Amino acid sequence: MSSNEPPAIQFENVHYAIDGNTILQNINGSFPSGKITALVGPSGAGKTTLLKLCNGLLSPTSGAVYIGNQLIEQIAPLTLRRQVGIVLQSSPMLKGTVFDNLALPLRLQGKEMTTDEAHALLEKTGLQRSFLNFNVLDLSGGQRQKVSIARTLANHSSILLLDEITSALDRTSVHEIEELVQDLKQTSATSIIWITHNLDQAVRVSDYLWVMMDGQVVETGDPSILESPTNERVLKFVKGEQL
Amino acid sequence: MSYLTLSLTLIFVLIPLILSKTLGLGLQKDTLIATVRSIVQLLTVGFVLKFVFDSESFLFIILMVGLMIAAATQNARKKGTGIRGVTWKLVLTFVSIELLTQSILLGFHIVPATAQYIISLSGMVVGNSMVLSILFLNRFSAEVEANREIGELILSLGGTPKQAIHRQLITSIKASMIPTIESQKTIGLVQLPGMMSGQIIAGADPVQAVQFQLLVLFLLLSTAALTSVLLGFLTYPSLFNERMQQVSWKQ
Ligand SMILES: Nc1ncnc2c1ncn2[C@@H]1O[C@H](COP(=O)(O)OP(=O)(O)O)[C@@H](O)[C@H]1O
Ligand SMILES: [Mg+2]
Repeated sequence: MSSNEPPAIQFENVHYAIDGNTILQNINGSFPSGKITALVGPSGAGKTTLLKLCNGLLSPTSGAVYIGNQLIEQIAPLTLRRQVGIVLQSSPMLKGTVFDNLALPLRLQGKEMTTDEAHALLEKTGLQRSFLNFNVLDLSGGQRQKVSIARTLANHSSILLLDEITSALDRTSVHEIEELVQDLKQTSATSIIWITHNLDQAVRVSDYLWVMMDGQVVETGDPSILESPTNERVLKFVKGEQL
Repeated sequence: MSYLTLSLTLIFVLIPLILSKTLGLGLQKDTLIATVRSIVQLLTVGFVLKFVFDSESFLFIILMVGLMIAAATQNARKKGTGIRGVTWKLVLTFVSIELLTQSILLGFHIVPATAQYIISLSGMVVGNSMVLSILFLNRFSAEVEANREIGELILSLGGTPKQAIHRQLITSIKASMIPTIESQKTIGLVQLPGMMSGQIIAGADPVQAVQFQLLVLFLLLSTAALTSVLLGFLTYPSLFNERMQQVSWKQ
């Protein structure tokens, strides 16, 4: 964040409430551009909600979200969502084949995806080409997660939001995906915000870290803060995760 | 039929009453209410119709049809609570379908432009449209709720609200039309349509009655298709806000 470049995403006093329940409060801070920010915190902390605010699936009840220098409300929803891609936590699948899912982002723009493009996406996420014509109902949880990642990549977004994308993967696949994400950062300068439950993963992959609890940001900084936390709440969270 | 013979038909009310009492079904009160209501309502309609037919006034015809549409809207809107502007959307649906079907019926001289035909056929069109719209709204809101994640997925990838709702809309339109189509496949085999039976009993030529029944069947097929398509396209925008986010109909 030493450069003059604006952060990828910035929050100013963001609050989010639904049906009178406050889910996020007093969110301030930013996600640096061209870096990987890990977002950690216990479940129910509001991580997913925060991510959905970043690509306009939700709007803050009050406060402001900036994408680059631009106030999020000033970006047309369709542009925003292609520019800020999200891999959803539950990896929802469109009924049909793997190809139908990979081709979805282009089809939504009235374009068609070539088989070569689809193969390239499969390879990126470590899936064999033969999966292309598989019915999504026949995929394992881990395979779905990979298809879900590949599908979002089809939009070539400059900011990527990843919501627990390796939770159903085996060790080898986790490493493949971590390499893929590092690669996206390096070769296409993508800014990445990565929610993860795995603190080792957070330390391993990220350049910057946010810790959230009870709808608030309790700490931001270098990922190493997880190794010897000074903040009491972070310490408690880290200890809880190690149990 | 004389009023004396009509009163003899009450034997058919007595039978369920006796059964209900001896078997302890506890349906006596409801049976009585239903009986009284059907007598009062139908006789009133009968007298009103007689008055309208005799008057031969176009104004009364329009008034009658307007009343039908108002009643149908009142009934169907209960199923659509939570949908923004559901009342006028239903009214618009019913009025459009009524106008379209009557223009075809009268424009091509398929039926004569008399109160008898206009009111009877309007009653069937509006009544059917009402049932279809309740079926459709039920199915559509269930379909939308069951597919919220897919809707969110499509929006998240840069799809429009229309793209996010397309499959759910098509599924619901299809589902609400199927009963109409299916019932037409077996018509005449299992039971004679009530309207046709009525005509035959009243002394009409059976072939004539069949021809008329066919007209009604085709009319209702059209009504079924138009109702769900119109209502679907009128209601789906209220599932989204101006930032293209999903909002809930439930409230
Ligand atoms: N649509 C909603 N309605 C009501 N409560 C919600 C809704 N979405 C999320 N929440 C609540 O907000 C809190 C944060 O949820 P979430 O952002 O999914 O947390 P995380 O991703 O950190 O596990 C949870 O307590 C959750 O129950
Ligand atoms: Mg979550």
